[in-house]
Amino acid sequence: MPHPLVPVPTPETQPFWDGCEDGVLRINRCRACGDAYFPPSLICPECSSTDVEFFDATGDATLYSYTIQQKPFALWDSDGPRSVALVRLAEGPLLTSSIVNCEQTPEALQLDMPVRATFVPFDEITVLCFEPVGEQP
Amino acid sequence: MIPPGATAIVGAAESTEIGTVPDMSSVGLAVDAAANAMRDAGITAADIDGFTCGYFPVADMSRQLGIFPSWADNTVVGGCSWMFQLRNAVAAIHAGYCNTVLIVYGESGKSTRGLGQSFDAGQRGGTGQQFDMFYSGGQAAATFTLPVVRYQHEYGLTDEELAVGAVSQREWAVDVPRATLREPTSVEEVLASPMIAWPIRRAMCCLVSDAGGALVVTSSDRAKDYPKPPVYVLGTGGALEAGVMSPGGVREPLRPEFIRTSGDAAFGSSGVTHADIDHLMIYDAFIHNPIFGLEGLGFVEYGEGGHFIAEGHTAPGGKLPMNTSGGGLSYAHTGAYGMLCMLESIRQVRGEAANQVADVDIALCHGWGGYWSACSTLIFGNSAP
Repeated sequence: MPHPLVPVPTPETQPFWDGCEDGVLRINRCRACGDAYFPPSLICPECSSTDVEFFDATGDATLYSYTIQQKPFALWDSDGPRSVALVRLAEGPLLTSSIVNCEQTPEALQLDMPVRATFVPFDEITVLCFEPVGEQP
Repeated sequence: MIPPGATAIVGAAESTEIGTVPDMSSVGLAVDAAANAMRDAGITAADIDGFTCGYFPVADMSRQLGIFPSWADNTVVGGCSWMFQLRNAVAAIHAGYCNTVLIVYGESGKSTRGLGQSFDAGQRGGTGQQFDMFYSGGQAAATFTLPVVRYQHEYGLTDEELAVGAVSQREWAVDVPRATLREPTSVEEVLASPMIAWPIRRAMCCLVSDAGGALVVTSSDRAKDYPKPPVYVLGTGGALEAGVMSPGGVREPLRPEFIRTSGDAAFGSSGVTHADIDHLMIYDAFIHNPIFGLEGLGFVEYGEGGHFIAEGHTAPGGKLPMNTSGGGLSYAHTGAYGMLCMLESIRQVRGEAANQVADVDIALCHGWGGYWSACSTLIFGNSAP
């Protein structure tokens, strides 16, 4: 049995997880009202339509807020501090994630900085994280 | 609409011991608190026909207490579950489903004895488990606090100003014999405490405690027959928002609508205004919670809550006494603090708090559940309108 906190996909969320394996951020969009939303669901949280689809998002986002965990969850392959972040996707949804591939310091983690989706092995599956775009401070 | 003061708290108690209680399980703490609350109300199980408990199988717990209720509720929304249950009990009593409700809570949060410390948002395949908890391992200090950096950035709240909340609450706790932390502290000491999840230091996080608590609620016409002065339930509110175990599900994290929804319902149903509130409890699992509560409930404008606390308005001598037991940061915090939060409001309205504020006629208690999944607002008074 994997650790209890290793994500277990369900039929409704499987396309998102397949996207992670393929290196693509795949989220839901409502065909009726156009709302893009996350996490995956069979119903649009904006207009209650069930005419919804998965689509490949740009992966572009900005850093909304964050904390820096001093002792990360043991399943992450890191001893030092590690960010937990709120990230605003270009398509609109706000989601919890982590900023990787940069220093885990307040200086490196600037609010509103552009980040993009990156996909990281985590125990038995691949999960969504984000990394800074462009020059590192 | 339920008239303000239609019901009243006639029994209220904590477990005999709180803090570190390794010789009791969660069930034991709950039963001990239930016995104390029934004794406080001068009744036995035979007088109770409604029952709620939250983290335990409700029928198991009622049978253990010898209660055979005709109405029961087991709403679980995290730390403010018992506040939701009180709101439901008020409605049930008003509807005539039952006359007298016992609301029971116990949690061996520190000693972890027995069952019942779970608000299990991490169930396999659930939304929280799939999309949120693994980033932090579910560490509350790293996730519940996620909006803090944004708040500081938007509203210019320094770490020093943020730290004042912990100092103010310790000032209250100094005079509270049952509080876990009673030594005065300082901004410097708070900021020098170990970093847990930047910018959150240990002294900005709640305690981890063992405790139980229980309430007896009945209709106001019956309430006058009990030994203690009734604490009337004037207004109630409750709302859900974030969904998963972090503020990522809050639509506008710096202006969470569910707080306003809950507060408006409580004020609207009570008929009182902000100026009538003599005493305030805002559930503080972490230092930022009261800031968002003050703003969302409308005591101050958005962006002003942090500075309001930093200026000392909620500390001893301030114009809005808040978290007078010392709160989750200094008094006790089991994991689900909602019951303990309500009990301090009730003690203040009864006039029997360790740190009694003068002339508390009306008190407001606001609690959270599942980080920002849920909140509830209750307004208590020492008379019915």
